[in-house]
Amino acid sequence: MSKRKVKDDHMPVGECITQVQEVFRERFCCQKLPEQPEGVESQHKHLLELLKRTAVHGESNSVLIVGPRGAGKTMLLKCVLRDLLEEKEVEKNLLQVHLNGLLQTDDRIALKEITRQLNLENVVGDKVFGSFAETLGFLLEALKKGDRSSSRPVLFVLDEFDLFAHHKNQTLLYNLFDVSQSAQAPIAVVGVTCRLDVLELLEKRVKSRFSHRQIHLLSSLTFPQYAERVRTQLSLPDDFPDDKFAQDWNASVKNLCEDKSVEEVLQRHFNSSKDYRMMHMLLMLCLSRVSVAKPNIKPADVLEASKMCFTDAKANMLHGLSILELCLVIAMKHLNDVYEGEPFNLQMVHNEFKKFLHRKSSSMYNFEQPVIMKAFEHLQQLELIRPVDSSSAKTQREYQLMRLMLDHSQIMEALQKYPQCPTDVKQWAMSAFG
Amino acid sequence: RMKYSSRLRIRRVYAWRGRHSSFNRKLKIYDYHSLAISVEGLPRITIINIGQHILIESEDEDNPYVAKVVRLFGDESGKQKKATVQWFVRVSEVPPNKLKQLGREPHPQEIFFYQGRSCDDEVNAESILRPVQHVDGAAPFPDDGDRDALYVKLSWDSKNFQMVDSDLMDSAAAPPSSGPACRALPTPDPAVMRRVASGEVRYSRATASAGKPCHAAEAESLHSATKLSASKCLSARRRNTTARTPGVRKKLALCSPEKKSMSRDDVLDQLLDEDLESEVMLAQRLSSSPPHTLTLTHRLTPLRKPRMKPSTVIINRLQISEMDSPPSSIRVDDSTRILKDESTSLRLGLVSVSLFRAEVDHEDSPMLPVTTPRSSKRKSACLSSSRIRKQLNLEEQQDVDSDADDVDSDADDADEFLPSKKELQSSSEEEEEEEESVLDSEEVVNQRESFFLYHHLKSVFFFLFGQITPGTPRTPRRATPSIPSRSLPARQPANVLEEARTRLHVSAVPESLPCREQEFQDIYSFVESKVMDGTGGCMYISGVPGTGKTATVHEVMRCLQHAADEDEIPPFQFIEINGMKMTDPHQAYVQILQKLTGQKATADHAAALLEKRFSNPAPRKESTVLLVDELDLLWTRKQNVMYNLFDWPTRRHARLVVLTIANTMDLPERIMINRVASRLGLTRMSFQPYSFKQLQQIITSRLNKVKAFEEDALQLVSRKVAALSGDARRCLDICRRATEICEHSAADRSATGLVAMSHVMEALNEMFSSAYINAIKCASVQEQLLLRAIIAEFRRLGLEEATFQQVFVQHQALCRVEGLQPISVSEGLAVCQRLGACRILLLEPSRLGVLQRVRLNVSQDDVVFALKAD
Repeated sequence: MSKRKVKDDHMPVGECITQVQEVFRERFCCQKLPEQPEGVESQHKHLLELLKRTAVHGESNSVLIVGPRGAGKTMLLKCVLRDLLEEKEVEKNLLQVHLNGLLQTDDRIALKEITRQLNLENVVGDKVFGSFAETLGFLLEALKKGDRSSSRPVLFVLDEFDLFAHHKNQTLLYNLFDVSQSAQAPIAVVGVTCRLDVLELLEKRVKSRFSHRQIHLLSSLTFPQYAERVRTQLSLPDDFPDDKFAQDWNASVKNLCEDKSVEEVLQRHFNSSKDYRMMHMLLMLCLSRVSVAKPNIKPADVLEASKMCFTDAKANMLHGLSILELCLVIAMKHLNDVYEGEPFNLQMVHNEFKKFLHRKSSSMYNFEQPVIMKAFEHLQQLELIRPVDSSSAKTQREYQLMRLMLDHSQIMEALQKYPQCPTDVKQWAMSAFG
Repeated sequence: RMKYSSRLRIRRVYAWRGRHSSFNRKLKIYDYHSLAISVEGLPRITIINIGQHILIESEDEDNPYVAKVVRLFGDESGKQKKATVQWFVRVSEVPPNKLKQLGREPHPQEIFFYQGRSCDDEVNAESILRPVQHVDGAAPFPDDGDRDALYVKLSWDSKNFQMVDSDLMDSAAAPPSSGPACRALPTPDPAVMRRVASGEVRYSRATASAGKPCHAAEAESLHSATKLSASKCLSARRRNTTARTPGVRKKLALCSPEKKSMSRDDVLDQLLDEDLESEVMLAQRLSSSPPHTLTLTHRLTPLRKPRMKPSTVIINRLQISEMDSPPSSIRVDDSTRILKDESTSLRLGLVSVSLFRAEVDHEDSPMLPVTTPRSSKRKSACLSSSRIRKQLNLEEQQDVDSDADDVDSDADDADEFLPSKKELQSSSEEEEEEEESVLDSEEVVNQRESFFLYHHLKSVFFFLFGQITPGTPRTPRRATPSIPSRSLPARQPANVLEEARTRLHVSAVPESLPCREQEFQDIYSFVESKVMDGTGGCMYISGVPGTGKTATVHEVMRCLQHAADEDEIPPFQFIEINGMKMTDPHQAYVQILQKLTGQKATADHAAALLEKRFSNPAPRKESTVLLVDELDLLWTRKQNVMYNLFDWPTRRHARLVVLTIANTMDLPERIMINRVASRLGLTRMSFQPYSFKQLQQIITSRLNKVKAFEEDALQLVSRKVAALSGDARRCLDICRRATEICEHSAADRSATGLVAMSHVMEALNEMFSSAYINAIKCASVQEQLLLRAIIAEFRRLGLEEATFQQVFVQHQALCRVEGLQPISVSEGLAVCQRLGACRILLLEPSRLGVLQRVRLNVSQDDVVFALKAD
């Protein structure tokens, strides 16, 4: 008995670490819903009551949830649905249809999906619907036959709502909003979008039928709140099996957050974006450095993770180039400086490169034209340069106009880190004029 | 069907037969007794007498009109031959939505005595095709096959069905000489009549006055013989049957009435004898039950949702308990008469017995001690019963139908009962047709025929036992699924604010539409005059969204429909299509056809059918009012859909009124080519946006004395909306939101409970304020910095556009000024993309990287304001 208790209290560190990783993975990757949505209480209440009225009173409604990416729109909606379905009366009645603008790319697919999710396809046997027109008529008929007090309310969730507005004639939106504004089966249409100008996308008759309710999710988060959130996100819950470990962990997290360098990193992240997902990514990278040998997060981990988050993608790619390709990029940079961003072609770049070789060619020597050409094409494949116009077939390869897709700072940064870069190449890059 | 069409191509010669009976000097017309029709090159002459039922040419070759000749007359020269007729309406001519009133599946051969007034009863005698056999009231429908006889059971006055009024029929059809009208039937049971009139009884029993004298005589004898045992009745009847004219037998011998021989009769006799025992028992049972059992047993089970109620046969056990109750004469009479009329299709009765037994077994109830006379039959009956049980659960009606055919052949192997080849063909056609989503009209008819067989089986049940409710037939083709109904009822509004919210919902249909009286009047008089005159016309209604266009038209239609019900104007049909509710402009044809006739067809076929319908003259046709909502979506490159819609009303015989609705006033000028715009005509109406007074009135009338708003609050809403758009929907939505806000704030402090100015202001802000400024205020530091960099770069360039590269240089500089660590290009691009996703910035595709051009979606001043306010 006592033995077992001891075992319960003190799990081996390895097991604890596994547990920790499981808890946080669920939190950061599976988007586990918080107990109570933070900072959006009023929106939560508004949406909850709106949907409850549809579910309980059979009142049709339409609403848009608008907010920048990562502001917690879906989280809010999911929380509301979770709270809503806790009520027996709602749970028994409410039908749900979830659509996503990225999946249902046109009305035909969307309508099929709706019929599938409403289980209406079974009503006429196993008959597969023939035409789009038939499906539409079928669905409208079904909705029309219902009425406020006797039909089960249907909740339509349209994720990436703005994409539905690009469907032909906005047929689906018109019909959904029309149902929501007429005495048919009670429905609630909830659109989720990150576009602030979404209403301008709607055609005027569609717009008129939309109730114009918008719930804006704009985080007015301050840095102390942000830091606090990082702390709570990294803290272990009370029901963690090993109390001792949890206490130690939480204490170390508290220390971590008070660390000056960590605070600086967090501030930098906060300045960059208030997106929760970005924060979760940073924390996930930190967490992956926790091991049995090092059972807590150190400030150095945070710094490393932050560095990883902020690395420049294009500059990283430059590290993998050959010296020749790098030289061509430098030549392009000089051309850009001289001609103020005018496009260039292979010949110009080659000439520039030859000039460099002519002046100080201690480590480099000239290459054949085909080799230069190959290097040039490789740069194009990596999208470090791109043709000005897409009509590549007309002009000869050598004379096709190109633009450099890199900023000077990226080139200089890459040169600093490039392993064993010849000094004269470096000097050439830094000199003002080729 | 082919018979008619082939005859049509033949030239017929019409001549009066005999001398004229009377001469009207004033009108110079002669009355005649009969008309002779001879076909050129054929010796046979068809004679039409007054009082006979005839077929009259119609645009639908398969279904010529049916009428009864009341009078035949012509002018002096003999060139013009006319006939006055009493019309009968075929099932296909009754609008499908009205057919529901019938409460059962109509027999394809059924016709209704027409009592409407909108049809001219004078026809050209040369449109007469031939006489037709017709059966009045009493006779039940035959199983199938006999296409020549038509059955009158009910009358139709273009609104509802009634029992045929014998007096009316007589008076309308009264021939000058004494007709064959001797009616010795018992007077109809008034209770049953009432029920029939109210549409309760699904299969009308033979209570109406019947036409055929032989029936009457038999009925008389049977009536007097009520005291005799039922078995005697039955055997007497059986003797009658065998000795009777082959006309009735024809119903039984489906394939070849001509070839019928005595031997077949003998077979039947034998069968009847063998089955007599069971039949007698049944008859006894029936006779001993009082008449009111029928009422009691009528439980109408709507079978709209076949899944929920797989079994269509419901057995009522009441009958058992009342078996010992005293017999009633009427009941005996009825049932025996039914049996008599049905006797030739006794076999069907047997099938139904087996069916019935199947059900009894299935239900495990000690019902009837029915004995099946022949063991072989029993076996097959068992077999079929199990199949039927299975089939009854099936979804597809056709399967049941075709199986019903099988049951026929299974239950009795006498070959004359095999379904005719035509039947089989039609059922196989149906199977093919299942694969096609589009139906041919011809196939529709076929389908109906065999569909009927099944229903007829059920009707036989009913006649024999009076226990089975046929219910509403299941029609899988038109099966429309619905959202399942809720398990718990919806809550009713509990307080004033909730009440107000319900009333203010756009979907709440107001009693009347305020502020659109003039428009209402104009549309009303337009449609009314067209319907009255039986002409056609177009009207174009325009107006911005939410100004009550569709609502007003619906209101007009409600009023007109009411007027038509009150017989103030001729009846008309109202159908509605919406450009937004179809996937393709050409679907308009399909939808119109479906709503007009219930047929399904492809767009091209539907267009052809409609064209035919609207361009051909027809002696009897109701006006059609067609509402085309969101007209602009019916635009096609050739504009043929619009062209047709506006061309049909101009046809002489179309009687079509088209009301079109769209948003823009100049739509005809903008998108229509000349020939379309010209046909649309100049009857235009434009709905002006509501003024603030009107909006206020709308809200007040909707609230209807529910005191939920302060006067000022109402005025604020209506003024604001009137200034913005004049959209009534917006107005109602704002009010609704304001009640919600009021409810929340009332929870905090005990205010007046009324919606005040502040609540309305809040609602208005929520709905109309732009979120951009708030979004910029809430943006992260780097995002704000990028916006500043963009503005700086724009000012430097003097343009409203810059590449990211240019902006980024500014951004780096700003970072240094602000003392922030400069960010990398990737991060800068990410920041830029985030702003682009919210549409604060407008960006080129992100694959352009640093070269993508950046533009502001908000005015620079707004950005500066938002950043300063920080």
